[in-house]
Amino acid sequence: MTFSPPTLAALRIGLFSFIIVGLVSLVYHGTKDKIADNERRALLQSLQSVIDNRRYDNDLIHDKIQLQSSGQAHTVYRARQAGKPIAAIITSTTTQGYNGDIDLLIAINVSGTINAVRVLNHRETPGLGDAIELKKSNWILSFNQLTIEDLEQWAVKRDGGNFDQFTGATITPRAIVNEVKNTTLFFQQYQHEIFQ
Amino acid sequence: MRSDYSKILSNGLWHNNQALVALLGLCPLLAVSNTVINSLGLGLATTLTLILSNLLVSSLRQFILPEIRLPLFVLIIAGVVTIIELIMHAWFYELYKILGIFIPLIVTNCAIIGRAEVFASKNRIMPSILDGLAMGLGFSFALIVLGGFRELLGSGTLLTQADLLFGDAAKDWKINVFDGNSGILLAVLPPGAFIGLGLLIALKNAFELRLKATKSATSKIYE
Repeated sequence: MTFSPPTLAALRIGLFSFIIVGLVSLVYHGTKDKIADNERRALLQSLQSVIDNRRYDNDLIHDKIQLQSSGQAHTVYRARQAGKPIAAIITSTTTQGYNGDIDLLIAINVSGTINAVRVLNHRETPGLGDAIELKKSNWILSFNQLTIEDLEQWAVKRDGGNFDQFTGATITPRAIVNEVKNTTLFFQQYQHEIFQ
Repeated sequence: MRSDYSKILSNGLWHNNQALVALLGLCPLLAVSNTVINSLGLGLATTLTLILSNLLVSSLRQFILPEIRLPLFVLIIAGVVTIIELIMHAWFYELYKILGIFIPLIVTNCAIIGRAEVFASKNRIMPSILDGLAMGLGFSFALIVLGGFRELLGSGTLLTQADLLFGDAAKDWKINVFDGNSGILLAVLPPGAFIGLGLLIALKNAFELRLKATKSATSKIYE
């Protein structure tokens, strides 16, 4: 049996693809577990940045639900101690930043106080808006142990609220204050559903 | 033979430096060169890709028909980069997170397919490996110099976050040259990358011109 040159060329490309895909899948299987372990560890590390690991005893990573609020999908991790709800850790994204999305992790205690807030991802201007990172400044700690009593206070100082803005960057802190406020209100409204 | 090898090396590192002369692979070069360690990470990944893809292309060059060489090069390079990406994801997780999209984007670095086409598909295995190494080191050199320039001007440090690449022992390798708050913000932003690369190319050209001038001056004396 003879093949025409184009068929031969096609067969050759097929053979090459087969070998290369084979190699890639070998490496994939060799690294799969290690990668999953890395991802799990990184997730746990970021969750533990907003809640002390002595305060809960459940499998935080797997005790989670997905919820929708005003078009946004939140992942909610539920911290429990001896089966009793302790806090919810909610992922939240704001599009109101200066440059692209800002991903937040917000831990809220069952009492309604905010335990801690951290910024997971952002692309705000280095040197101006990036003071929202704990590495750069303590600003993000100003949410610790706050409750929402007076909605008017939940704004940056320029808008008549309680939160500091940064020199040259008001948009970034304003976006975060708003998002933390909305998420906390969302939690207060759906607390029972969250811990069902 | 020996002069061949040293020619391959000097081409990769200097005369045909992929970043500074051929101006290939500028997208990752400009985007990732904001610190020395990021530059080093991407430089190493690119060098490894170049060596492996040159090795594969050269050793398979009898089977690579001229008509289908481009799809085969792309296949080989994509395979190599995917494997490197998986390995970094498994063992250099933090760095993998920082380099992010620029690891898979090594596939689109024209320098790699360029070396496959111009060199590896026409040469034996050993010279091809050396060519990959030299081109990779030349590219990394430009990346690291640019990364150092931007990190130093922008945040007043060098080698920050060295632990991402070298483990916990490297946590205190960071050199604080001056207070980061007085750094030039522009250097860290994308325009800083363009300006820095421009300066680097100008510097290289100025150096070569001066070299040429001294050479012609000495040869005139002997005439």
